[in-house]
Amino acid sequence: MFRWFDERLGLAGFARNSLRKVFPDHPAFLLGEVALFCLVVLVATGVYLTLFYVPDATPVTYQGSYVPLQGQTVSRAYASTLELSFDVVAGLVMRQVHHWAALVFVAAIVVHQLRVFFTGAYRKPREINWLIGIGLLVFALAMGITGYSLPDDLLSGTGLRIIYSAVISIPFIGPWAAFLLFGGEFPTETIISRLFVFHIMLLPALLLGMVAVHLGVLWRQKHTQFPGPLATEHNVVGKSFWPTQVFKSSGLLLLTAAVLGLMGGLIQINPVWSYGPFDATRVSAPSQPDWYVGWLDGSLRLFPPIEFTLLGVTIPSPFIPGILLPGIAFGIMTLWPFIESWVTGDHREHHLLDRPRDAPLRTAIGAAALTVFIVLTLSAGNDVAAIILHVPVEATTNLLRIGVLVLPIVVGFVTFRICRELQRRERRDRAGAGPAPRAVRLVRTEDGGFEESEV
Amino acid sequence: MITPTRGVTAAFAVSALASLALLIVFVLGGQPQVEGVLLAFALGGLGTGIVVWAVWLLNAPIEIEERHPLASPEPEVDATENAADAEGVTRRGFLVKMLLGAGATLAAALAIPVLSLGPGPGRDLFRTAWSAGKRVVGEDGMPIRPADLTFGSVRTVFPDGAVGTPDAATLLLRIRPSDLQLDGTHASWAPDGAIGYSKICTHAGCPVGLYRAEDHALLCPCHQSTFDVLRGAVPIFGPAARPLPQLPMGLDGEGYLVALGDFPEPVGPAFWNLTHHDGTPGPPDGDAAGTAS
Repeated sequence: MFRWFDERLGLAGFARNSLRKVFPDHPAFLLGEVALFCLVVLVATGVYLTLFYVPDATPVTYQGSYVPLQGQTVSRAYASTLELSFDVVAGLVMRQVHHWAALVFVAAIVVHQLRVFFTGAYRKPREINWLIGIGLLVFALAMGITGYSLPDDLLSGTGLRIIYSAVISIPFIGPWAAFLLFGGEFPTETIISRLFVFHIMLLPALLLGMVAVHLGVLWRQKHTQFPGPLATEHNVVGKSFWPTQVFKSSGLLLLTAAVLGLMGGLIQINPVWSYGPFDATRVSAPSQPDWYVGWLDGSLRLFPPIEFTLLGVTIPSPFIPGILLPGIAFGIMTLWPFIESWVTGDHREHHLLDRPRDAPLRTAIGAAALTVFIVLTLSAGNDVAAIILHVPVEATTNLLRIGVLVLPIVVGFVTFRICRELQRRERRDRAGAGPAPRAVRLVRTEDGGFEESEV
Repeated sequence: MITPTRGVTAAFAVSALASLALLIVFVLGGQPQVEGVLLAFALGGLGTGIVVWAVWLLNAPIEIEERHPLASPEPEVDATENAADAEGVTRRGFLVKMLLGAGATLAAALAIPVLSLGPGPGRDLFRTAWSAGKRVVGEDGMPIRPADLTFGSVRTVFPDGAVGTPDAATLLLRIRPSDLQLDGTHASWAPDGAIGYSKICTHAGCPVGLYRAEDHALLCPCHQSTFDVLRGAVPIFGPAARPLPQLPMGLDGEGYLVALGDFPEPVGPAFWNLTHHDGTPGPPDGDAAGTAS
């Protein structure tokens, strides 16, 4: 059969090289694969859900098999969500697997990105894939938010309301942008069908296209690797794509799907029937978003009540914590590879990874940023924490306000010191061991020669 | 003895059995928890088998692949750049500019249909369904007298004929007039201690759904903004910076609560042209949001 294709496409050389392509063997390199496999599960379950879900906000009387809501006026979207959950074979499992896969998908992307950051894998020549990766993260978040809102339940409607308020807060263009996006003043009936178009057509097309480019660039540039006895800047040490990598990745795909299947079957998620249908004048308390939106919600919760008029323009209170600061954070993250090479003056190619301790300042900055993210995410549960701890919500809020300012500095400082200490001990141990096998890193100079530098 | 081969065989067998069971469960109508567990065994058995196969049975050697420089040799880069510098393009700067200009004009024309996605904001953000003379009614559509309300209670009310309209949703409370700390106008809008505040949070627009009776505080469950009912719903905690607008209310001839006009300020979250240049609330063209006095 291969011959049939080769006679038409001439693929033999390319295929042979591809089958022999060497992949480094390290568990940290599986994180991106887990994200990819979650995406596979999301597409598979999502297609099934699309066959039953109706993106229509028209009110109908619910007459399905969920007794407590029978006779209530709900939107067709909400009714179809209940129907596919209760009356379609495998519908509930598919829906719950889809939701869990979405949460794990974003988590895997974030952890993969942390691995890339703390090992310096984004350095030249991999800045392109860093940028595409940021785009993938943004699209994954957009997929999550649009999908979360489709059931048209009370909780997701509240989330939409907050998104509308954040959009409307943008100076000058806010009201127009919000009205065009939502089709008028919130709440609108058109928003459900619009979210559906974004969620099942525009965003998946962009997301899958960018995944293809991400993998294509990886294929072309070859994988990074950790320093080791055989690994240098000029080779790749590992196992060949066929059969080892293909087997391992297939196994990982199936195991990822198995875990998501187990979660979808046993752990209830987003029981929209208990939240009730969306009603713009009602709200459930406490209300928490999906985890990956928590940092934005936490930012809104912690920010002081600042609303002022600048040159006659009102700067609404959600604008700074909900739009401006997250925008700056994403901007710095996006430009980080270029900021780092500009600051360090390092414009060489890097194919060997750093360990976090090898770049103490980078590691400290990353740890501080991660701390901000974690504190803000926890802040989205300041009301739940207050209930659990039996203290007023003012107490947890003020504590978190202090935490988000102080903890990153402490964590960054401590991280820096730990990295330095680890480096110092390593140097001492090496000195104590006498002239041990000297590890050097060969760096190619611009004129084609080589120079040695410390590992 | 457990050998990798037997392990793989067993894993695949478990998978096949689980898939068979899953088939039967689906035929019988399905059961979510059982489906999840069987899916996990069906997929997990396959996955485990393949991973064991890969790790113990493939015996692939460690291989080293050379990494060739990504950058092309200088002459090749130069040659490519030369190839891109097609004379008929580079020497026609004017035509290139015309081409870009025409393209931009086309893009501008095609951007206009985007405006069909929604109406312009107009003055929608400055007004609600409330107007002078509209009776205050409950969610059941029935008019309300102050005496119908117990002190310390709260309910959601709407303008007559517009029950359920989101931006008109109003919280109606009754407070002993002696407890209220309002200025003259605002106090006169609370007949017999019946006082109405917009239910839409001035921070991010969630319904302000919680009432803490012991200190007369309204709380928004989304971001914990807290408003003091006695002092005109000024924010006392959380991220909201503006009071909830107070609904001007009076009594009609039959003693029912009626609106004296729309809210004096826009309800809900802020936007850039919320205030006049002099800082007073209202639409930018100076047309007051419609407080009848």
